[in-house]
Order: sequence, then structure tokens, then C-alpha cells
Amino acid sequence: MEYHVTLPIPSDIIKKLHVNDILYVTGTVFTARDQAHERLRRMKPSDLLFDPSHMALYHCGPLMKKEDGNWIVVSAGPTTSSRMETTEDILLERFDVHLIIGKAGMGKRTAKALQKTGSVYAAFPGGAGALAAEHITKVSSVFWLEELGMPEAVWVLEVKEFGPLVVAMDSHGNSLYEHLSISP
Amino acid sequence: MDDKDIQRGIVQMIAKAETELPSDVIVAMKQAYTEETGAAKIQLEAMLKNIELAKKKRCPLCQDTGILTFFVKVGTSFPGIGSLKKTIEDAVVKANIEVPLRPNTVDTLTSTNHGDNLGFYLPHILWDFEPGDDVHITVLPKGSGGENMSALGMLSPSIGLEGVKQFVVHTVRAAGGRPCPPIIVGVGIGGSADLAMNLGKRALLRPVGVRHPEKLAAALETDLITMINETGIGAMGLGGKITVLDVHVEIAHRHPASLPVGVVIQCWADRRAQMVIHKDGSWEVK
Repeated sequence: MEYHVTLPIPSDIIKKLHVNDILYVTGTVFTARDQAHERLRRMKPSDLLFDPSHMALYHCGPLMKKEDGNWIVVSAGPTTSSRMETTEDILLERFDVHLIIGKAGMGKRTAKALQKTGSVYAAFPGGAGALAAEHITKVSSVFWLEELGMPEAVWVLEVKEFGPLVVAMDSHGNSLYEHLSISP
Repeated sequence: MDDKDIQRGIVQMIAKAETELPSDVIVAMKQAYTEETGAAKIQLEAMLKNIELAKKKRCPLCQDTGILTFFVKVGTSFPGIGSLKKTIEDAVVKANIEVPLRPNTVDTLTSTNHGDNLGFYLPHILWDFEPGDDVHITVLPKGSGGENMSALGMLSPSIGLEGVKQFVVHTVRAAGGRPCPPIIVGVGIGGSADLAMNLGKRALLRPVGVRHPEKLAAALETDLITMINETGIGAMGLGGKITVLDVHVEIAHRHPASLPVGVVIQCWADRRAQMVIHKDGSWEVK
């Protein structure tokens, strides 16, 4: 099945999603990889200046440039999700995020958390950074840029018809990565 | 010798590598697309679309513009050798803004990102010398997805070539979708620990589809292609027939008691570009 959805995805739609479904999403995403995950793990929702519960979490360290004082996305494909395996369950439970976008899958710990929180993990084609940038319409804000640098900062981005995303781990405990052994 | 002009050439070579895939890789990707179905085909379709888009917009096809390795072959009669290292480093700083590159070099001990893509030992420059007037440079920008999955095996010689193949396949299997398959695998066999890894990386410079000139090494490559595709990992680890676009083996002699195997994994975005600098300072990017 192919779905074109607006973020945040309602819980009844999340339940309908199964592995191999194709998703195109419109709305707001925030990027977070290793260092942002480490920070978020030690924070609570009220500590943040953005509201993750309306957004998808995108495993991405984008390539940005500044033009006339504004940030522009140059290339923004996904980063390897398994590096975030040891913290993702904490983020899913604490920040009310129900869609993770990344690449190459996550392990059993995250699979369990997806089931528990009613969430899905969807894969964007790795390396397709130019294609991803085409579907990002706006850079809304950036957090922790000074301290973490461009790839590790949290970027809040507006996306339109962002995809193709393959639902690769669903809220029913299924994973397309079961034939692989994924460790952090 | 106009170092500023040579610097422009090096920036152009970096830009070409980051924004345009070599035609041999595109041919192999298109072939993989025709053979796949389902989720794997969707990945390959998006990747091919991405290749076209990046070329058209002249933007890096992947946000991970990588760590840059320069393979430099210097003609021993080339007059500008004294400033070439500095010119390459200056070109990286310039490419950082002009291409642009993502700032990818952080202080290993503090994780601080200085933002200029320079650092201790980076960019990595490998020097070779040969008789002649010209300098030949290949740049290989390589992202962390593939690089993180590379591995060194210091195998026991009694394990033989079967053991070598098992080690390579095991490394690829453990990597799964993380190095962004369909991958290209460089395998350096023999020498020492560092030489095997070096040869594994150098093996990636050979175009996709070109076999090793030695019969035994070529047979090893075709065996490995079959065995890796049999893992069923598929594009982005979503399952499929094509996991590898090619395997390139490079061989060094070895100590009788050592069998080093360096496996270097490259993502489908197998970015590389070349240039030649002549003794009068003129250059061409290829």
C-alpha cells in the first residue's frame, strides 16, 4: 500500500501501516544523530524549545549552506540508524515521537519500543541526499549548532511529500531487517 | 607554476567527484535496477533519480561528502612538487565552501568540529612516484557508512583462499544495509596489516566491471560476487538479489606465517574523479 500522510500521523493510521508499505510524508521533521541523541537522553520535553511530538525524528546529518543569512539544505539523506540503537527506546517513550526516518534499520530494543509506543521506522534510500533536499521546503530552526557542528546539530525542517519511505519496522513487531543481525 | 590555478583544478575535481558518479557505476546501478523487484527496486529507482538530480543541480549527491583521500602519482621530473601538498590542502578549504562539503573532520579526543575539513593527517594524501613530467591525482571522497563496516583479518595461512572468502562474506553480512548497498568491495590480500587495508582501498579505484588481470585473482573476484549476492541483503538491506556491484581484489606477497585480509566497503555512491597536472602547470579534470 502507498500512503501520503501529514505529520503527526494519527495513531489509527500508524496501526494500519505494515512493513513494505510506502510512505510520503508532509509536515515537520527534526534531525538527530549520535550527539543529539546523547543530549536528548538526558532531557525532558519541557527542556526543549521545539515540540518533537508533532514531528518525525530523522536520522540525518545534513549538508547546509548559508545564503543571504538564511540556511539552505544542499543534501540531506539519512545516516545509519543502528548507531542510535541504545538510546532510541528512551526517546520514543519520552518525547512522544511516532515516526523515525533513517536507513539500514535498527535492532530488537527499538523494535520493542516501536510496538510499545505505537510507532514505525521508515527507511529513506541511503545516499539520496539531493533527492531528499528537493522535498525539504524550509529550514525552520536549528539547535546546538555552535556546540555540535553542522552534522550533529538538531535541524527542524519542513518537508513536502518526503519519500519514498519504506515502512521497514512496523508497530506490530515486524521488521524487514530480520534476515540481518543489527547491533549498535 | 601557478599554484592558485592548480588549486582551482583540484576544487573542480573534488566538485566533480561529489556531484557526478563515474559512468561505470551508473551502468551497474541501472543493471541492478532492471534485475530487482519490490522494496529493493524502489531504493534503486530513487538512487538513480538522485544521481540525475545531483548532476543537474551540481550539488553533492550524498550529504556525507566523506573524508577525502588523494592518491597522487608524481612524475619525478614535475617541477611543482614543493608546493603541491599545501595546494591540495588549500583546495579542500576552498571546496568546503564552493562545492560545498559538509564539515566532516572533528577532533578525535574532544569531538570539536573546526568546520574546515582539515585536521591531523587529513585530508589523507597517499604519494607515489614514477618517472615522468606529469602529476596524476585521484580523489576518493568516502562516507562513514561504508568505511565503518571495513575490517581487517589477520588470518592463519592454513585457512587458505576458502578462509579468505569466508572472512569477506562474513564482513559484508555483518554490515547488512549499513554501508548503503549495492556496495563495491575492495579486498587487499597479503602484505602486512596496514598494506592489506591500503590495497583494499586502492582496489576501489578500479572501474566497476573490470576484472583483475591475473586469472586466479579474477576468479576470486567472481566467486566473491556470487557469494555476496547469495546473502540476500539487497539494496539498503531491504532484501534482494543484488548486494554487490563489484568486488576488486589486490594482491601483495606475504610473510609465510601471515595472511592479512583488508576488506574496504564502498557505498553505491562510489565517488571518484581524476586530474592530470602537466609540468607547465596546465591541468585537466577527467
